[in-house]
Amino acid sequence: MSYSDNTHGEAHHGEHDDHGPAPGLMRWVTTTNHKDIGTLYLWFSLLMFFIGGGMALIIRAELGAPGIQFVDPMFFNSMTTMHAIVMIFGVVMPAFVGLANWMIPMMIGAPDMALPRLNNWSFWIMPFAFTIMLSTLFMDSGGPAGGWTLYPPLVLQMGDSFAFVIFAIHFMGISSVMGSINIVATIFNMRPPGMTLMHMPMFVWTWLITAFLLVATIPVFAGAVTMLLTDRFFDTSFFSAAGGGDPVMFQHIFWFFGHPEVYILILPAFGIVSSIIPTFARKPLFGYDSMVYATASIAFLSFIVWAHHMFTTGMPLAAELFFMFSTMMISVPTGVKVFNWVSTMWRGSMSFETPMLFAIGFVIMFTIGGLSGLMLAITPADIQYHDTYFVVAHFHYVLVPGAIYSLMAATYYWIPKWTGNMYDETLGKWHFWISTIFVNVLFFPMHFVGLAGMPRRIPDYSLQFADWNFVATIGAFGFGFSQLLFVYIIVKCVKGGKKATGEVWEGARGLEWTVDSPAPYHTFETAPVINESTLTR
Amino acid sequence: MSAATGGYYIPHAAKWPIVGSIALFILFMGLGSWLNGSDVGKIAFYIGCAILVYMMFGWFGTVIKESESGTYNSQVDQSFRLCMMWFIFSEVMFFAAFFGALFYARTFSGPWLGGLGGGGADVTNAVLWQGYDYVWPTNGPDDIGGKFKPMGWFGLPLINTLLLLSSGFTCTMAHHAIKDGLRKKMVWWLAATVALGFIFVACQALEYYEAYYHYNLQLGSGIYGSTFFMLTGFHGFHVSMGAIMLLVVMLRGMKGHFTADNHFAFEAAAWYWHFVDVVWLGLFVFVYLF
Repeated sequence: MSYSDNTHGEAHHGEHDDHGPAPGLMRWVTTTNHKDIGTLYLWFSLLMFFIGGGMALIIRAELGAPGIQFVDPMFFNSMTTMHAIVMIFGVVMPAFVGLANWMIPMMIGAPDMALPRLNNWSFWIMPFAFTIMLSTLFMDSGGPAGGWTLYPPLVLQMGDSFAFVIFAIHFMGISSVMGSINIVATIFNMRPPGMTLMHMPMFVWTWLITAFLLVATIPVFAGAVTMLLTDRFFDTSFFSAAGGGDPVMFQHIFWFFGHPEVYILILPAFGIVSSIIPTFARKPLFGYDSMVYATASIAFLSFIVWAHHMFTTGMPLAAELFFMFSTMMISVPTGVKVFNWVSTMWRGSMSFETPMLFAIGFVIMFTIGGLSGLMLAITPADIQYHDTYFVVAHFHYVLVPGAIYSLMAATYYWIPKWTGNMYDETLGKWHFWISTIFVNVLFFPMHFVGLAGMPRRIPDYSLQFADWNFVATIGAFGFGFSQLLFVYIIVKCVKGGKKATGEVWEGARGLEWTVDSPAPYHTFETAPVINESTLTR
Repeated sequence: MSAATGGYYIPHAAKWPIVGSIALFILFMGLGSWLNGSDVGKIAFYIGCAILVYMMFGWFGTVIKESESGTYNSQVDQSFRLCMMWFIFSEVMFFAAFFGALFYARTFSGPWLGGLGGGGADVTNAVLWQGYDYVWPTNGPDDIGGKFKPMGWFGLPLINTLLLLSSGFTCTMAHHAIKDGLRKKMVWWLAATVALGFIFVACQALEYYEAYYHYNLQLGSGIYGSTFFMLTGFHGFHVSMGAIMLLVVMLRGMKGHFTADNHFAFEAAAWYWHFVDVVWLGLFVFVYLF
């Protein structure tokens, strides 16, 4: 990626006061620049997207027909496990952090992140952590195969790779916590006068709340996997009934992290969509205040709904009821959000550039995933749906045409700002339509086979599920290969293209559009003056 | 830094983070191999630890140098403060996981194993764990680890409580001293704090020795042993870290660092110290007392 030479009409003060990027590879290793680090995060997650996607294609190839055709069941299970771990911790989370790095300082008018060295470390842990995680696939015992939720006692029966999986999670956790703390400090401490909390762009708000969720829950996850580790190697009995512990206790602790985690994967997506829709509807975001309160409410509720992942595991009746109703309550703030997005578009002067297409696709298909989530929230119904492909359909609808679509929307929306070039609009639209068709071919049939009783995480299935599984597999390969187009569009845009203006999009508001495209290596070294025209609301 | 960044210091070319990543990579790979029985893993683990310590010296050394040369303005100071607060919050949540395990085992899974609480627990008890009556402390229906004596609150734990509470007092006295600009007084009060901290750790070690060799209370003593040693163990580790932080602050004070209105490192270490203090009170009440 090329940056314009940085000349702020200011002489260098010495070698430690270098304003432009250092040359060579070491620039990327030692960089403290939020834009460089954002770029690293984004490339990393794009690479991991294809690794995790390759695993998904192995899964779908195996499930293309009943019977065992390509891989043995153990490997199949380690593919489902690793696919989840890679996509959650290696793709969606780092990509959102990358966007946070690039955009938050520019959106609030800060010179950089609050602690740039810590920021560098947050990124440079990721490649090492994932080296450990992925290396387990090549160990004699194979990778983790008990599902990404790592339930004991099954996970404790894993071979030599067990300890490495646990340590890789610790390692990633260090990165997440440091990155989140940095984001919180940046948002609280780096805003110029006039940029009050209730004037911040929605993307900044959603990331503030996401960072809070991360700081609050990642350590709990670290604690849970530490207990697994000691149960395995140091004779503790946390998850063994014989010693007075309980395997179900792991599920409680895990999901106390795990449920906020799913909002970690979607709240920044809400922020992205809330940035894009107003631009292309040429109207300010409808109901900004309610958007903020809805985000905060979702975050709060996310801490009191965890056991809806465990309705069939066994709980007192009162707990089943509590978790059912608290879960359903989440649909209220989420509904507020969907309502606000639709109302923002209402009577807007809409245009449908690629980011807008992905954003609208997000609103519609995320809502489909939300509605199936509401079905799963009903305890008696969930006892039927639990561990079937219906659940798989549900969370893939919120994660793929949800979180992943928001990432694609964000890429198209901000890539002119990052590179200074416009992407190829025609190809972008092709990318959207091909992806959208195939993603539905891929995931919609999973509702049917799920309701008919097809269990998840099993490489073989009954004959009656064959047709829809074949359809889903076609969708998977179509969706997977259409992402090569995404890479092509990105590379093409990085290399050149129509020059972008500073504003890029007609009707775009916010501080990031007041600087040149590509954004100079250092932006807002002096605090910008905040006024009506530079605020998003 | 120049006025171009509004005075906010943006460092360049940070080499320590990558050293830290490599250190942790070697450390984790080594520890994983060691747990799987490899001696090379053990060596790698220690090498990783050594590089990590080297990284900390280098990184913190750089920051201290920058701080002492007046590189940081009040806004940078505020960033450090926020980061420390949120870091302590993350630590609170880490302990919450283990306290959660303790409460869950004592309130739910323990009584259920003993056949209490309805929902078929009595049947499970009769079929799987016949004759097991739940009483805390327990090492479970299978008597994992054999008969043991639980750790009472009187004696060492009570002494430890008094030690930590007094160390909180001496730490606050040190804070008042530096706020009055009395660096030497601060060093003395800090020396007392650090000493109390290390005495605490020594007492804890003695207590563990007692538990292992006289009470037959071990990490493998069922859920009681698990929660007892993991909670007090992680706490002891944090006390050691906090004491080292305070020791560094003390040594810096002896070198003439810190002024009445610039002593964030002191405050960060003090916050951390009060945090381990509060965790201890939770431990004393829920692990020892009840």
